Amino acid sequence: MRFPLQSNTLAVIHIQKKPVRENPLSDISEAIVHALLAICGFVAVAFVILITVFLVVSGVPAIREIGVFDFLLGTRWASTASEPAYGILPFILSSVYGTAGAVAIGVPPGILCAVFLSKIADRRTSAIVGGAVGLMAGIPSVVYGLVGMIVIVPAVRSIFGLADGANLFSAILVLAVMILPSVISVSETALAAVPKEYEEASLALGATKTETIFRVSIPAAKSGILASVVLGVGRAVGEAMAVMMVSGNVPNMPSLFKSVRFLTTAVASEMSYSSGLQRRALFSVALVLFVFIMAINLMLDLVIKRDKK
Amino acid sequence: MTDDIISYRRKIKGAILMWLVRLSAGLICLLLAGLILCILKKGLFNITWELISSTPSLLKGTTGILPNLLNTFYIILITLVVVLPLGVGAAVYLNEYVKNKTCVKITELAAETLSGIPSIIYGLVGMLIFVQFCSLQTSLLAGSLTLAMMTLPTIIRTTQESLKTVPDSYREGSLGLGSGKWHMIRTVVLPSATDGIVTGCILAVGRIVGESAALLFTAGMANELLGIREALSPGGAGSTLTVAMYMYAKERGDFDTAFAIAAILLFLTLTINLSAKLAAGLLKKGN
Repeated sequence: MRFPLQSNTLAVIHIQKKPVRENPLSDISEAIVHALLAICGFVAVAFVILITVFLVVSGVPAIREIGVFDFLLGTRWASTASEPAYGILPFILSSVYGTAGAVAIGVPPGILCAVFLSKIADRRTSAIVGGAVGLMAGIPSVVYGLVGMIVIVPAVRSIFGLADGANLFSAILVLAVMILPSVISVSETALAAVPKEYEEASLALGATKTETIFRVSIPAAKSGILASVVLGVGRAVGEAMAVMMVSGNVPNMPSLFKSVRFLTTAVASEMSYSSGLQRRALFSVALVLFVFIMAINLMLDLVIKRDKK
Repeated sequence: MTDDIISYRRKIKGAILMWLVRLSAGLICLLLAGLILCILKKGLFNITWELISSTPSLLKGTTGILPNLLNTFYIILITLVVVLPLGVGAAVYLNEYVKNKTCVKITELAAETLSGIPSIIYGLVGMLIFVQFCSLQTSLLAGSLTLAMMTLPTIIRTTQESLKTVPDSYREGSLGLGSGKWHMIRTVVLPSATDGIVTGCILAVGRIVGESAALLFTAGMANELLGIREALSPGGAGSTLTVAMYMYAKERGDFDTAFAIAAILLFLTLTINLSAKLAAGLLKKGN
């Protein structure tokens, strides 16, 4: 009698031990999927590290060879001359001046347009103008370059009576237009996020609508607006193709009506035929540009963090 | 009544500021309208069937942009095939698996950094990594991989945003019915996040279509017609529409063709913008 009973008990135990899921492979496949997704998760980090390592490894040797001061503060770039000189101060200053000019011209109308979109326009107008800004953001940079080449360059030449209209001023104008969409959309978001109570309180205290916008809404959205400006700076510093088409591309020390070469265009214009030290120096130029962009990113991060506090 | 309380100075100041605001909004619309008119006026009549259906030939003295159209299409396709699994996978991992907040922060910071890097640097690094280090030579493949690096943050961000809007009750319901975690993600979470993934794809396509600096040294400037197999093999170099436009305008001074390509690009941008809006609207209603 004991024997069948025992087998019966065993059977019960067996049923209890059976896993909940039917498929015994599912635990393994679950682990595999987890591992694969983890790899995907860190691909972005890996890309950042990869880019940094490749740029540093290929950019540092030429700086060492040329000398940090001669490279960063040298005013003459003549990479193909018989006695080559590799000073990138003209590129750095052109990038800085070009960006500053673009920000000075592009940011005020950008912020005012953001005010229009978020505070003044009715829903339909806002949708139309907002759509226009979205379209502007999507237009490829070479198209801006092409129109700049055909419209702005000849106009600058004839208005200021110059021999050549492809200069820093034309580049500034094109860049100013190109940073508008990012300035507008980020500022608009910041302005729209200002609590309604602030504005209502201001209106209730007797301020006019304009005074409320300029004395309450804009100061309240300060960090977001600042972030939009920093974003615009990043776009202007990093723009290559459009600038290449309108700036004349000569490594002069920058002056408003002289042909100039930016950090970005220095890399783009000589890379295809460069070799030896010239090529390595171009990687160093890219490294300097990368450092600039990283500094701007850091600034953006700080601005946004301060906003959250 | 209330108007009398406000002094003239305040009124005039307010009016001037208000007009400046309206003026700048008008200025921006005018700028865009001018840009579009200029491109259409110079480009529209140069778009002929011959242009978009033939290859450039010195022998016949004709210019055609069929290879560039095809190359743009190939690059969009290859880039999306590479970047979609990576980006969606990363977003799923960050949103569904990771419990450590620092991990999420590090990856988000990395994605932000990636989206701030200018395209010319991507071009250079793509050349160093894919063209030279991985010895893919100047090819559509190298260009696509470079663009995959560039568009990754877009896909991660949009997917993550829509994953966050999937209600937890969906997940609990699925898990409660006995499904495994991956099964739950595959059948419940991802389908509810389609809107974000599709929007991400459209935005990525927009960036790919407009990109030129990153492709100059990675995908090359050739204008030959490539089959799909050549496009996928190392050394299959070719220029997209933007790069070709740059070459026509800057190197050859052929502005007719350049403006024709610009008009096509403008049309593509408009389509992409509209479809992004439509997709977001339609998919939200579907949910």
